[in-house]
Amino acid sequence: MAELNAFITEETVESDADGPLSGKTIAVKDNISTEGLRTTCGSAMLEEYVPPYDATVVTRLKESGATIVGKTNMDEFGMGGTTETSAYGPTKNPVDHSRVPGGSSGGSAAAVAAGDADLALGTDTGGSVRNPAAFCGVVGIKPTYGLVSRYGLVAYANSLEQIGPLAPTVREAAELLDVIAGPDDSDSTTREEGADSNYAAAADGDVDGLTVGVVTDLVEGADDRVVEVFEDAVADLESEGATVREVSLDSLEHAVQAYYVIAMSEASSNLARYDGVRYGVSASSASGGSEDGRSESSGVSGGFEGNWNDSFARSREAGFGPEVKRRVLLGTYALSAGYHEKYYKKAQDARAWIKRDFDEALSEADVLASPTMPVLPPKLGESLSDPLQLYLIDANTVPVNLANLPAISVPAGEADGLPVGLQLVGSKFGEAEIVRAASAAES
Amino acid sequence: MTAQALEQRDLAVVIGLEVHVQLETNSKIFCGCSTEAAEDEEPNTRTCPVCLGLPGALPVLNEGAVEAAVKVGKALNADIPEETSFHRKNYYYPDLPKNFQITQYDAPICRDGTIEVEIEGERRVINVRRAHLEEDPGSLQHKGGSIDAADYTLVNYNRAGTPLMEIVTEPDFRSPREARRFLAKLEEVLEYLGVFDATRDGSLRVDANISMVPADEVDADGRIDEEALAAANRTEVKNISSHKGAEKALAYEVTRQKNAIQRGRAVEQETRHWDESRGITVSMRSKEEEKDYRYFREHDLPPLRVSDWKEKIDIPELPDARRERFREAYGLDVEAASKLTSTKAVADFYEDVVEEFDPDLAATWVADNLLGELNYRDMAITDVEERLGEFTRLIELVDAGEITRKNAEEIVLRRMLDEGEPPEAVIEAEGLGTVGEDEVERAVAEAIEENPEAVEDYRGGEGGAINFLVGQVMRKTGGSADPGDVNAMLRERLDE
Repeated sequence: MAELNAFITEETVESDADGPLSGKTIAVKDNISTEGLRTTCGSAMLEEYVPPYDATVVTRLKESGATIVGKTNMDEFGMGGTTETSAYGPTKNPVDHSRVPGGSSGGSAAAVAAGDADLALGTDTGGSVRNPAAFCGVVGIKPTYGLVSRYGLVAYANSLEQIGPLAPTVREAAELLDVIAGPDDSDSTTREEGADSNYAAAADGDVDGLTVGVVTDLVEGADDRVVEVFEDAVADLESEGATVREVSLDSLEHAVQAYYVIAMSEASSNLARYDGVRYGVSASSASGGSEDGRSESSGVSGGFEGNWNDSFARSREAGFGPEVKRRVLLGTYALSAGYHEKYYKKAQDARAWIKRDFDEALSEADVLASPTMPVLPPKLGESLSDPLQLYLIDANTVPVNLANLPAISVPAGEADGLPVGLQLVGSKFGEAEIVRAASAAES
Repeated sequence: MTAQALEQRDLAVVIGLEVHVQLETNSKIFCGCSTEAAEDEEPNTRTCPVCLGLPGALPVLNEGAVEAAVKVGKALNADIPEETSFHRKNYYYPDLPKNFQITQYDAPICRDGTIEVEIEGERRVINVRRAHLEEDPGSLQHKGGSIDAADYTLVNYNRAGTPLMEIVTEPDFRSPREARRFLAKLEEVLEYLGVFDATRDGSLRVDANISMVPADEVDADGRIDEEALAAANRTEVKNISSHKGAEKALAYEVTRQKNAIQRGRAVEQETRHWDESRGITVSMRSKEEEKDYRYFREHDLPPLRVSDWKEKIDIPELPDARRERFREAYGLDVEAASKLTSTKAVADFYEDVVEEFDPDLAATWVADNLLGELNYRDMAITDVEERLGEFTRLIELVDAGEITRKNAEEIVLRRMLDEGEPPEAVIEAEGLGTVGEDEVERAVAEAIEENPEAVEDYRGGEGGAINFLVGQVMRKTGGSADPGDVNAMLRERLDE
């Protein structure tokens, strides 16, 4: 296990409950709160933060009989697509140790791919479940916004993200989704949908009569080797009885820009709470020379001499990594007076446009198909130096988050010995449909 | 207009208020933590992951707070929209657990309300621009000095998440006194609605905007020329926590600003802090002036449809209407009607008493006797409202002649309040039951027997002598005889 660095914290939490996941092991992404088990979000800021409560999904896992085996590595606060921005070092791709596992749920995908856990929970803000699922050759689902409770999920961009399952097969991913889906009084954005779901039953491989829309805008920019595997997978679906047609969504060319403006703006607010006062890195520990050490041992938080503004700044400077700082700064800028209209407002308009485009496309097709990732897994260290390049590899996944829709990434085959994922997007709360289509595409 | 010109003109005061009131709900606005006496508890014990802003916690809107806000909206005759939603106000401050406050921005729960206030005998309509819901931050305790000089500061999050309503008026006040009257009226209305507890520490917090405009820019109806208003520099005075404090702080500002203008100096546009103990306002650091709160939608709370709440939620009769009804239905004078409607609890108590007794009698007992004694003891009607039955029995006992009115007022009622005893127990213990006629007759006979000189004086036409004899009888009967009756009996016997 240590070889891949898939886990930040390895600790077993057994469940006595007899349920659908009894006997299964599960890895939980380290931005999902676990009572008594530290939850770092891949950040030095929360190195010693131990939540006093369980996220709703963790409660449901425990009730389902699953055994938690640890907390998985991730890009810091979910900000990244390679798991390299983690303060706990990068995770290696189990398929090729010189490559990244994708991200931000890279630890979860790697743990499942390597067999270190039967199942895993990831979170998907702009592709963070589907991206590592594709790169590691496992199945990952990003549920419809509001299907799965976010209570206890440490927010990065709260209007975009969902907790989603990772598993070796479509059926197992659907079984895990059945456990975590459904309304929760602690999350006002959940709905009645998912209350008595049986998505696992939809994994029947029957695509006879299903219409698959190939989103040409998301195929054109992809690596040729990826496109080849993708086209074979679509042809397979067709041979199993699906109707394939091409669709184009003009709005998608704005998706990456809109996504980053919205995600960074929300992040600038969601991450404001990390000031060292109540938990996390406090200025006294961050200054290095303090006898008091960490806040937990001294009982003094934010105990930096001088004014609180300096104290907050010191904590944040010491606790956050460069990618987090970049996104918080850009998000703060985008929301500021004078720029709000130019960036945040415009991004919201683009988001509305993307939603409309998807609605229209999904009125002509049952599911929409594209490669999950336009590229093969990069080498470790290759993309980190160029943030813009990093952002662009999210082109196929972020539109789905902007439209609040469900999507699945299923292994479609290999190119140069590396996994390629097929992304299938469904209509709102149309999880059964994408599970069905993905189960047919499963190789 | 130059400062030169301004300093020679008469100035009019322009004041607008932003009033923060804590709404009385069972639990906090976004979590299940109790709000009851949160400030008296051990610090940081009435908290949970939500109100501490722990990573991953999400707010869930307390419908009780929405209901209270809708009541306020109806009482202010405000527009309540179809849909209301929440925003984040982003700023860093140590009392703010998330370093943003969940509040309302472009879709407040109330807009365009009014409140009528009687100011110097004149009814004035004060316009309320908006009223919205938000969460209270925690509270800070500065140790070793005031806000700018403390050695260190402690944070208590017990208060964090208490529902607040921010009520923003138009700049409709023309004097500090008017602002004070408005606040008193607002409290009265809120108290009637059952959504506010004035006795609670920090339940009312006021920010006041104040500026001076040339008096001739104000027309006869009190409207101010927009340009003149925009041209005037205003100060925002924070940290006001009572009506009286508002009047004092604003009076200080009026003087300060007038002095500055008359000396040809410009009033600085700034935020000032009211220092209650020193009775002055002090400038707060100016770098906080250009605040950019980066408002944006709070996506964790879906928009709430409130249009149908309006219809479903009833509000009680409000103080003005009740005062009017008391005058008409019970024939009370203005003063008695005002006293008896000063709080909803008093008015309710009176209406319970008046069911059994004559309105004037009930008014005298409630407004004069009971409220007077309560006030003297720093008690409120709510401390005794459960003992309505004891109080009405006391009036009945007087009515039936079982005890004298004087004893009821001066001994029984006081002991009832001091000792918490029922009237019968007090009467028994003090031996105050009115005496039988036999006993009074015996006392009258004795008094005549024992005081021949007084009898002589009386018969000699000296009017005062009878009072002496009445006093003797009263003493013998322990004050339980009716002095009028005694007087009549004495005269009867002496004139035989």
